[in-house]
Amino acid sequence: MHVDLFDRFRAGASPIHRLDPRVKVVVAVLFILSNVLLPDGAWLAFALAFIGLLFLNALAGFDLLFLITRSFVALPFALAGVSAVFALPGRPLWAWEIGPWQLVASDAGLLRFASLLTRSWLSVQMAILLTATTQFPDLIHALRHLRVPQVLVAVVSFMYRYLFVLTDEAMRLLRAREARSARPAAGGGGGSLAWRAWVAGNMAGQLFLRSYERSERVYAAMQARAYRGHLLTLNPHELGAYDWLLGAAAVGSLILLQVIARL
Amino acid sequence: MSPIVHRETHDGSLEVSSRELAQPAAPSKDGRPALQVRQLDFSYPDGHTALRNVSLQVQRGEKIALVGPNGAGKSTLMLHLNGILRGEGEIFVGELPVVEANLPAVRARVGLVFQNPDDQLFSPTVFEDVAFGPLHLGLPEEEVRQRVANALEQVNMRAYGERLSHHLSLGEKKRIAIATVLSMEPEILVLDEPSSGLDPRARRGLIELLDQLPLTILAATHDMPMVRDLFHRMVIMDGGAIIADGPTEALLSDAALLEAHGLEAP
Repeated sequence: MHVDLFDRFRAGASPIHRLDPRVKVVVAVLFILSNVLLPDGAWLAFALAFIGLLFLNALAGFDLLFLITRSFVALPFALAGVSAVFALPGRPLWAWEIGPWQLVASDAGLLRFASLLTRSWLSVQMAILLTATTQFPDLIHALRHLRVPQVLVAVVSFMYRYLFVLTDEAMRLLRAREARSARPAAGGGGGSLAWRAWVAGNMAGQLFLRSYERSERVYAAMQARAYRGHLLTLNPHELGAYDWLLGAAAVGSLILLQVIARL
Repeated sequence: MSPIVHRETHDGSLEVSSRELAQPAAPSKDGRPALQVRQLDFSYPDGHTALRNVSLQVQRGEKIALVGPNGAGKSTLMLHLNGILRGEGEIFVGELPVVEANLPAVRARVGLVFQNPDDQLFSPTVFEDVAFGPLHLGLPEEEVRQRVANALEQVNMRAYGERLSHHLSLGEKKRIAIATVLSMEPEILVLDEPSSGLDPRARRGLIELLDQLPLTILAATHDMPMVRDLFHRMVIMDGGAIIADGPTEALLSDAALLEAHGLEAP
């Protein structure tokens, strides 16, 4: 039984796939930073950033809609920014009375919300592109070489490795519950909501305990192989002229984007 | 010295046996056994006593099966052999006592392969997992790569370096788990349930692999046919104590002994 739901990597041999993972990580982070720095309502710059994304998407050999369809997953989180609509002073558009409170939507607030939404949407697409064109171990190497704190990188790396094991474990638990969840043919049964919640709580506890015990076994396995508290790895990547060139082009485009937004 | 054949069982009765003692394998040049355990006792923090007065001598090149019912203390004993658990008593790996200061050296000599390869393979790729041991031994990069290649070669998994561990089958994982330890070039290979969960072909392949490895091997197992085919010496544990220790053939023909400790002749 295997769960490969989380593997976001799509194999390919495109120029983007071949790019050094460090360059990809740096460019992706800079792209997100650039989105954050774009002023509210800089629609031309947002559009250019989107076109840039579409260009990279095509370069990576994915369908036109690949990024867009996957990016919808993350959009609900951007709704957290909805409070911006009511938080900024400006020309009032609508007003609602909720008990003693009055909510006033302003034009400036709406503009900020729309910009926030666009920024996060663009940024999510870049992150999707990064994980779709880079093997996860390469990403971890890139983070390591970019001097991200070792402990963080180790946590990410273990998380990735054991996400699959844990999901398999959870699926086995669910399956075992399913297999014993018979119901009378006449309907009914199934227990009260409280009882079912209690069962689910026990399962979550089981999962936690099993993971905890597994972590001790994994640590023992690490110790058995000379681990003394510092993770070491080899460096399998080297930056070539091609990587520098593409990286520089990407950074240049981002600077240009910032200038255009402020013209 | 030769292993002792009769021991006190965990319920206190004395089990007497007149079996032949195992012929010890030729001692090494320095005359020391590869591994010596002397009067080892261990209790888990919850008070459960897992090992009682365990003594064991392993000569270089011996292949020994450690058998006994679940909860007999086999895994606990194995975790002591490279100092992951520390009980009361003495353990020597070659001339090295297993004490805090020697742990790095001891762990380079005693390679422990855990029962569940998902616990053993914790890196994203196979290469990184096999390289983990040699890297942490502080070897230079060239040598690490060489050792990874050799270890993968030894388990016939040459082409698997860049594979992701979680995409492998159980049989492949077990082989890689052995490679992660072989890359440290240990003198003693200690395996916990190496054949459990494998399909017949993978199991057969694993037995051949273990047979060919020119190492001292100590394996805890319930796989009695494998014990018969692969191991010349057998140690029976029950209730945290060693009950019997002798040539496999002799112990396997003692039906009463096997039955008393939840075992069956193959």
